[in-house]
Amino acid sequence: MALRVLVGCKRVIDYAVKVRVKPDKTGVVTDGVKHSINPFDEIAIEEAVRLKEKKIASEVVAISCGPKQCQETLRTALAMGADRAIHVEVPEPQSHTLEPLGVAKIFSKLAKEEDAGLIIVGKQAIDDDCNQTGQITAALLDWPQGTFASEITVEGEHMKVIREIDGGLETIKVKMPAVVSADLRLNEPRYATLPNIMKAKKKKIDVKTPADLGVDIAPRTEVLSVEDPPVRQAGSKVEDVTELVGKLKSHGFV
Amino acid sequence: MLKWRLNSSQLYRCYRYATINRYFLTSTGVKSVQPTPSVKPRQSSILGPEHSFALGIFNNKINIKQIFPFPDALNDESKDTVKLVLNSFGRYFDQVHDAERNDVNESLDQDAFQTFKQLGGLGLLAPEEYGGFGLLRTQYARLIELFGSHDLSFSITIGAHQSIGYKGIILFGTEQQKQKYLPLLSSGEKVAAFCLTEPTAGSDANSVKTTAVLDDDGKHYTLNGNKIWITNGGLADVMVVFAQVPRSKDDSEHTRNALTAFIVERDFGGLTSGPPEKKMGLKSSNTTSLYFDNVKIPVENVLGKEGEGFKVAMNILNNGRFALSALMTGFTRMLLSKAIQHVNQRQQFGHKLIQFQSIQEKIADMAMSHYAIETMAFLVSNNMDRGIENLQLEAAIGKIFTTETAWNCCDECIQILGGAGFMRDNHIERFMRDVRVYRIFEGATDTLKQFIASTGIRSAAKMMTQRHLAMKQSQSNSAILMDDDSLNHSASLPNGDELLEEVASPLRHSALKLVQQIEDFGSVVEHLLFKYGKSIANQQFLLTRIANASIDLYVMAAVLSRATSAINEQLPTADHEQLLATTFVAKGCERVKGNLTSIMNPESLKSFDAFSQIANEVSRNEDISTTRPIGF
Repeated sequence: MALRVLVGCKRVIDYAVKVRVKPDKTGVVTDGVKHSINPFDEIAIEEAVRLKEKKIASEVVAISCGPKQCQETLRTALAMGADRAIHVEVPEPQSHTLEPLGVAKIFSKLAKEEDAGLIIVGKQAIDDDCNQTGQITAALLDWPQGTFASEITVEGEHMKVIREIDGGLETIKVKMPAVVSADLRLNEPRYATLPNIMKAKKKKIDVKTPADLGVDIAPRTEVLSVEDPPVRQAGSKVEDVTELVGKLKSHGFV
Repeated sequence: MLKWRLNSSQLYRCYRYATINRYFLTSTGVKSVQPTPSVKPRQSSILGPEHSFALGIFNNKINIKQIFPFPDALNDESKDTVKLVLNSFGRYFDQVHDAERNDVNESLDQDAFQTFKQLGGLGLLAPEEYGGFGLLRTQYARLIELFGSHDLSFSITIGAHQSIGYKGIILFGTEQQKQKYLPLLSSGEKVAAFCLTEPTAGSDANSVKTTAVLDDDGKHYTLNGNKIWITNGGLADVMVVFAQVPRSKDDSEHTRNALTAFIVERDFGGLTSGPPEKKMGLKSSNTTSLYFDNVKIPVENVLGKEGEGFKVAMNILNNGRFALSALMTGFTRMLLSKAIQHVNQRQQFGHKLIQFQSIQEKIADMAMSHYAIETMAFLVSNNMDRGIENLQLEAAIGKIFTTETAWNCCDECIQILGGAGFMRDNHIERFMRDVRVYRIFEGATDTLKQFIASTGIRSAAKMMTQRHLAMKQSQSNSAILMDDDSLNHSASLPNGDELLEEVASPLRHSALKLVQQIEDFGSVVEHLLFKYGKSIANQQFLLTRIANASIDLYVMAAVLSRATSAINEQLPTADHEQLLATTFVAKGCERVKGNLTSIMNPESLKSFDAFSQIANEVSRNEDISTTRPIGF
């Protein structure tokens, strides 16, 4: 079964970095700040590579949309075992306004062009926390979706997906082709070893533009301002329940 | 042949000094890296030793071409590789490696070490065709900077294996030796060790007593002797061992010994390692004695040639010195982070610590120290990658400056943290125990300082003699045009114009101060040569101070270059870097002034005599030579 898997990899500010808001409040500081692959996307790549190692998938293609530096992200994906990569180039500052809808359109176009049978993305990016791209992509392609996946098993033309939901775990069966969004416990991504990093240098990264794909990535929303969360105020201790109720009432909460 | 008569006994002494047995020198330049596509095209015009800044200042020359502009030898692709590699190893140190547990258990966790091997950590420097990753010096430096911020003990285990261990095979190995050993060493299947030190041979490498005698059949050497304090001694299967090959033309008493390097495999038999030494730090690193009892080494395992052992050893160590600087870079970065974190939140006497001037001074000092250390690490590694070969002075300066400064930085960090700094939980104490030996091994500070000063002064003596010879020649043949720079210079001032032009304009004032100090330095060197001639070699009180000054001068020039690049490239941190650079230069010039003054001041010279006298008196007495205040 020649299953081609597309994996979305977003380049985000590294999780360990202390994020600072720009003085003009239009966004956060990204210049000179350490970036890396979105952790959930790394889990997605790992899952795709495992499918290939189990001989279920025949090819893993990593995709990233953004400025030139996205190629670093793609190199990480290649070093983890992806076969080739596609960089959809969106230069700065346009890349800062790229929304899940735009990315989903790009993914669905590529899915058709590449004749993909499965798309795996991280459940959300750690910079905007949108949690939309996987879902919108499925809708645009009219494919079933298995989101918040903590386990996937391919069974012929179907896939069993165990989803993490508030109440626990939900198991669903979806028909392929499908879109899966990876949750934290799906797997533990491998290290990119130096031998694999060296091998990855020889793998191909194709560069395209949204125009090449005929996709309109203009934003539908406008960011008005980005601010630090308010400084947390000190709390106060109460002696007993009566005082607690009294305070709640006086603050208008009860 | 021109016959010249000496018209000055002082110049004669210079000439004699310049030609005496060059103990340290010979051709101990750093071996060059083969050109690879990962490095930008070399500027061949700046490669030679005549462009060395460190050597130049001894000769009243300000050679800035190897420092300005601050080198950046890696191309984008090489930098991308480093970023990827940093990610993987960063994760290893965050999630797998437990330095504290290794220290407490006094051993290296084998599972973690296995993961490290799989990541490729033991094959970083070997060329790709031998199974390694062929990292350039600068790539390696950036990577091990990370290691230095996590575990200075593990850094030595892997450094002894590749940075000085199998480095010898990379630099001097024959094709067969490389094919045979490097693949196994790169994968970590076998571990390497560098085996030089003996009970009678520490800084004095030539007093090695281990012998390797060529058998009558000419096919093997028989190795006998022992080594001490060998890192990886208990783990290594492949060792680079330095031994004396006795050479005598006849059965006369006078046997010349030829120090030779050998590749010795544990499998050859006759080799045993002692128990792991109990050390102050580097506890997870295996350090043992080695005993050689009639070990048979095939002649194909000579590394380099018979008698080249000293050159091999010095080249290996020179080649590895930048790596220590890189470790110190990561180490001081970590120290500064910890210190900043502490002073930003700790409150005493109603204020955060950062608000107190005495703390500000310490933090500023740490920040400048880190900047200078990082500058040195990347200047030397980039220069090596650019193909500059004769960097032994610069490498030595880097090693001394970075290890000594990092030690002081660590001490201050603990002081800033107060009692908390003393507690094991904060880990700084472990780093301090680990880093102490960095001032000792791979070239003890004190020995290297003497090396720097004597190399520099010898070069100055040679130049002065050449000038004298040329002047004599031109006097006897007036048809010769006197357009030689050195003639017109005579004992003239160094030309600081190039330096002043190259620095960014906000740094020009600092550059002027530096030039002034370089001028003073040059005069002092000349003065010493005139005054002492050949016997300057024994004037260690003076040579130490000369070395101190030369180190400060070099580092100041390097820092100005880096800050200039920051300003010219309009980096977001340019203003702060400018501040660090100018302040560092101000302090550095004060230190240089102090060192030069104590050489020239007759009162100091009296003190030096007094130092000798005090030392000799307590030595003769074999004890402290004072009476207790209460009489008993």
